[in-house]
Amino acid sequence: MTDRAGTGQRGAGGAVALNDLLKAKTSEGAQEMLARNESTVRELRSEAGGVLRLPEGVDLDAEDLNYEAPDDETMILNLGPSHPSTHGVLRVMVEIRGEQVLRTKPVIGYLHTGMEKTGEELMYQQGSTNVTRMDYLSPFFNEVAYCLSVEKLTGTEVPERAVWIRMLMCELNRISSHLLWLATNGADLGALNMLVYGWRERELLLTFFEKVTGLRMNHNYIRPGGVAADLPDGWRDDVEAICETVSRRMDEYDNLLTGQPILQARMDGVGALDATTAVGLGLTGPLLRSTGVSYDVRRDFPYLAYDEVDFDVIVGTGGDCWDRFAIRMNEIRESVKIVRQVAQAMPRGDYRVQDKKLTPPPRNRIDESMEALIHHFKLYTEGFRVAPGDAYVPVESPRGELGCYIVSDGTSRPYRLHVRGPSFTNLQALAPMARGGFIPDVIACISSIDPVLGDVDR
Amino acid sequence: MSEGQGNEPVVTADGAPADEGGELLHGCPVTAPLGQRTVHTDPARYLALMEALYRDGFEACMGLTGVDYLTHPGRDLPEGARGERFEVVVELMSYSRRERLRVRCQVPAEAPHLPSLFDLWPGSEAHERETFDMFGIVFDDHPDLTRILMPEDWEGHPLRKDYATGHVPVQFKEVPK
Repeated sequence: MTDRAGTGQRGAGGAVALNDLLKAKTSEGAQEMLARNESTVRELRSEAGGVLRLPEGVDLDAEDLNYEAPDDETMILNLGPSHPSTHGVLRVMVEIRGEQVLRTKPVIGYLHTGMEKTGEELMYQQGSTNVTRMDYLSPFFNEVAYCLSVEKLTGTEVPERAVWIRMLMCELNRISSHLLWLATNGADLGALNMLVYGWRERELLLTFFEKVTGLRMNHNYIRPGGVAADLPDGWRDDVEAICETVSRRMDEYDNLLTGQPILQARMDGVGALDATTAVGLGLTGPLLRSTGVSYDVRRDFPYLAYDEVDFDVIVGTGGDCWDRFAIRMNEIRESVKIVRQVAQAMPRGDYRVQDKKLTPPPRNRIDESMEALIHHFKLYTEGFRVAPGDAYVPVESPRGELGCYIVSDGTSRPYRLHVRGPSFTNLQALAPMARGGFIPDVIACISSIDPVLGDVDR
Repeated sequence: MSEGQGNEPVVTADGAPADEGGELLHGCPVTAPLGQRTVHTDPARYLALMEALYRDGFEACMGLTGVDYLTHPGRDLPEGARGERFEVVVELMSYSRRERLRVRCQVPAEAPHLPSLFDLWPGSEAHERETFDMFGIVFDDHPDLTRILMPEDWEGHPLRKDYATGHVPVQFKEVPK
């Protein structure tokens, strides 16, 4: 263990001392990227910087091993945490030699609010109001991942209409999330007019969300057992208007962005990853698909009713920012396709399971039925009990695989609630993507990872 | 990266015959609660099991986290797995076979140490840091085991069950007017 890290260490046993320190005082250790002469050899040799290091021998050329480079040749530059291109409070430490980026280390935690701990304190039916705030750009996905895990544990069969409503909202949410990404990606790379258009189109979707759920964000709409309310009258017209507008505007954006040589030059060949690296890093979503690995949870591990709709999984080849741009552009079109099918096939029926232990009784029943009142009271004071066990059900969020690992001890509160956030894992790709490029490329890389810091820090 | 291994190895690392549908995988008991396959292991066998699973074609580590079973010791465990205070839960994924596997490793409270999976799956790096930060489980040979979400001078590990959340008292009477 320690001897490997200590091999070739300048100054006797620096790594050993560090490891001892870690074991003795568990709260010790600098999070920041350290200067080269203070980093352990293992840290430098197993590639660049902080969150990401590749296994030894992989993707490594002789130049990378030059950890003896004197400190005055390199400089560590701080980017963020308050920087418009970091999409929140992401702090990135970049080591540069001249114009060239050597190591990159994201320093995160600025938005950590202990939501997993909070989740252990809340009852199951309160949980979705907590998880919806994690990835705040795709709240429906958080809710659906949470509810699917809870329903896995309770063994609840959700009515078909609720399943399709969930799918409708998720796909609309994917469109709104990707549109926001298009907007901010444009802003990051100098296509500032896209910022306005992306937000404009997203507004359409948020207005629809508000009509359905009552809120523009953090909806708490998908709940264990179904959804909170049925779709409002006239929802089909709204959905059709959204689909029509978005697909028409996507063609305009193709003219505006895809055909624009300056934007292409900023992305083409920048931040390239290969499939081995991407898989080894546990990347998912557009990042993984851009490297040619065809993996989409919706297709490979179907949940809700995704096996009943027809859509394509968009896969790239080059693994660079340009591919990821194209993948997201086309995923918006695929989502429009799914939304149209869902609107077409929306079954009739109940929007939540009529299980008195799981969902509250209809409001008008409470006025006339003592039992309904009791059920309502019991549900909101004691919650519902969930059989002991653990479950993890992944869903495909706009950023990749999102899953909720829930451990139940048989009470009405989760014993452990862990969210596998795609942004948290995908952020590890920043170091290999940015390595060897220039500072402006780092911005392009951060943008094409599309991290949501609420999801990273939770 | 091992691609598309269609056939399972018939012999486990320790030479015992593997029973894919039954109880043992590389000598470790397997359960499938709610249809999700889970392997149970302990720190001594952890790394060997993980290396064997990596060779079996589980190319990706989708996630790694911890659970503190301090106040819920009587959980369901198969024959051959002894419940300890901590558990490290790893979600593995095989793209070539479209297969998922969960590994639950029992970690005793008196020696919360596990070998790092970094050399097998570099993507486990941030997850191990998070688990260290939240539970105080030390991953030996991890290249940069520091706190990741909490500030570096934070004391204690927030997701442990003996770490109180605390509360801010709400004053109803003596609110200054």
